[in-house]
Amino acid sequence: MAEVTYLEAIRQALDEEMARDPSVVLIGEDIGVYGGAFKATEGLLARYGWERVIDTPISETAIIGAAVGMSYLGLRPVAEMQFMDFIACCFNQITNIAAKSHYRWGAPAPIVVRGPSGGGVHGGPFHSANPEMYFVHTPGLKVVCPATAHDAKGLLKSAIRDNNPVLFFEHKFLYRRAKEELPAGEYSVPIGRAAVRREGRDLTIVSYAAMMHPSLDAAGELAKEGIECEVIDLRTLLPLDRETILASVRKTNKLLVVHEDTRTGGIAGEIAAVVCEEAFGDLDGPIVRVTSPDTPVPYSPPLEEHYLPNAAGIAEAARRLAHY
Amino acid sequence: MTETSEIALKREQQLELYYYLRLNRSLEEQLARLFRQNQVVGGLFLSLGQEAISVGTAYALGPGDWIAPMIRNIGALLVRGYKPRDILTQYMARYTSPTQGKDTTSHFGDLHVRHVVSPISMLGDLIPVMVGVAMGARYLGQRNVAMTWIGDGGTSTGAFHEGLNLAAAQKAPFVLVVENNQWAYSTPVARQVPLVDLADRARAYGIASSVVDGNDVLAVYHAAKEAVEHARRGDGPFLIEAKTMRMSGHAQHDAAEYVPKEMLELWKARDPLTRFEQHLTGGGLWDARTKKALDARVEREIAEDLAFAESSPFPQPEVAEQGIYCEGCHEIAPVWQRPTEELLPPKSGVRAEWAAFAGKPAAGGNGALPGRRESAPKRKSAGRAARTKPRPKAGR
Repeated sequence: MAEVTYLEAIRQALDEEMARDPSVVLIGEDIGVYGGAFKATEGLLARYGWERVIDTPISETAIIGAAVGMSYLGLRPVAEMQFMDFIACCFNQITNIAAKSHYRWGAPAPIVVRGPSGGGVHGGPFHSANPEMYFVHTPGLKVVCPATAHDAKGLLKSAIRDNNPVLFFEHKFLYRRAKEELPAGEYSVPIGRAAVRREGRDLTIVSYAAMMHPSLDAAGELAKEGIECEVIDLRTLLPLDRETILASVRKTNKLLVVHEDTRTGGIAGEIAAVVCEEAFGDLDGPIVRVTSPDTPVPYSPPLEEHYLPNAAGIAEAARRLAHY
Repeated sequence: MTETSEIALKREQQLELYYYLRLNRSLEEQLARLFRQNQVVGGLFLSLGQEAISVGTAYALGPGDWIAPMIRNIGALLVRGYKPRDILTQYMARYTSPTQGKDTTSHFGDLHVRHVVSPISMLGDLIPVMVGVAMGARYLGQRNVAMTWIGDGGTSTGAFHEGLNLAAAQKAPFVLVVENNQWAYSTPVARQVPLVDLADRARAYGIASSVVDGNDVLAVYHAAKEAVEHARRGDGPFLIEAKTMRMSGHAQHDAAEYVPKEMLELWKARDPLTRFEQHLTGGGLWDARTKKALDARVEREIAEDLAFAESSPFPQPEVAEQGIYCEGCHEIAPVWQRPTEELLPPKSGVRAEWAAFAGKPAAGGNGALPGRRESAPKRKSAGRAARTKPRPKAGR
């Protein structure tokens, strides 16, 4: 069977959910005739027509507002942000309307907001960001960040079927680089559950999205030195799978958290707090972070390479922690 | 009073309008008393002087239509079937309120029976949401219209622009009522917008509009009826500017000393309730006994619901942490009024390309590019407002 890219996996999830359920509609900029800036919706207009693949003006607030409005009638709109950086433009719609809707007045808002995030492609400060933590801090939302083609498809299906607003952060570096064979039949991946990508006894590396891959590379490197890392892929940041993290830390007694998001206020801080509260006695060393620095994502290759965590840096931090 | 339409309201309907206006006014007078007694635990926002807009516009809607009220649209909620107890318990923060004490004021709704979307406090942001409701209703094959309100202040927001522009591009069955009450908190309209008529903004979006005397409930009703039928026919969105005056402060804490006294005097003479009462009397549509009976009904209903609210418990503390997510507690099922087969392959398929200039505006979903308009959409006027154009007398 042929390998399927992360991007094609997303397209397949949209296609299959639209075929399964006419209440699924797509809304966004350039998603119809053009098929999306990254072609995630290519071919869907021809298959599902103008009413279900809605090209909009450049109006992120109107896109999310309209998606929420449609969801109040029982539809399941999937809104595309051309780049997730632009989600800043519709912050109010997401955090004040969608997120608080069920809590305030019992109105579910089953929308998905999906789009490309992350760096590594020289996108510069406005086409590379990882804005997920703004929304992890917002009760009422779910935040999903897949690292593999399999999970991208399975989690997007779960997101569309979820009764709550789900922010689905795809990683554009993985779009055409991450690929694998996918199950032939129907499958989905549950939101809120992390995956253990590699088992190990010496320390735990927790990561997600694009940083999963250098984390696994680093674990492979350290294995040659006799250090066995357990690697956890969070997959969902909100709600956080605390049990999987805590079970691993109770086994390895050491924790390294790796993310591409900036350092201050990144998910690593929350995970460190959870582990300190719940498993402090199990720790045999400090909780260590490998993250991007607290700057915007720079454009020039030497700057961006400096900015992004890499396998060598992760391995170095893991080695030091293992020997602590 | 204006009652020139061919489809004049029957006497019973006009008496019903009076009932809602009086209920709106008296309920808010009761709320003001409760506020002074510290029974309203937060802020209180009154619609004094603006009741005719809430009541007249909502009265023009059909049962399947959708509204999203603003904070001064309690009258619209009453027309939509909510009771004084719903508003009283919201303000008094009781567990029996529609939000169980989680939110206040008019911030509640009902997706299934009354078709009311809850507002939020950020102005303008309901516009794109209600455009989505309108688009969704059309997609489901329903013939329902979505309506919301915005103040003169809220027309300056980005969401107002994005929402109206999307409504126009989609030709959505959407009606926006701009309540020009002359003040955005303390800032007069002339300091916000360099326009005499806020309805002029509609022209920029290529949508139809009208200006109406917002203190004339019949004129408001007819303007709304025209707008709603325009949208329902598939002729696209409609903007109504209703000129009125906020007769109390932004909220109860605000003495509104920045409002010139003569301006209040001018508008006091245009009080929508007094005017409608004069119309009913002058037209011989009621007598003193009918009025007395209606007023008594209003007082009785408020008294009963006040007793209910006062005897209602506050929520248990643990309610604070309940209901963040929908975990199967709500069934999500759209009401299809068209065959869904036409939305699925192979029937749904189209040529995925922009059609050549087709000479007509794209209407919510074909590939036709918009052609040149033959003429700009016309402004319609309803009632006397188009001639009198009441404006603030605030000095510069």
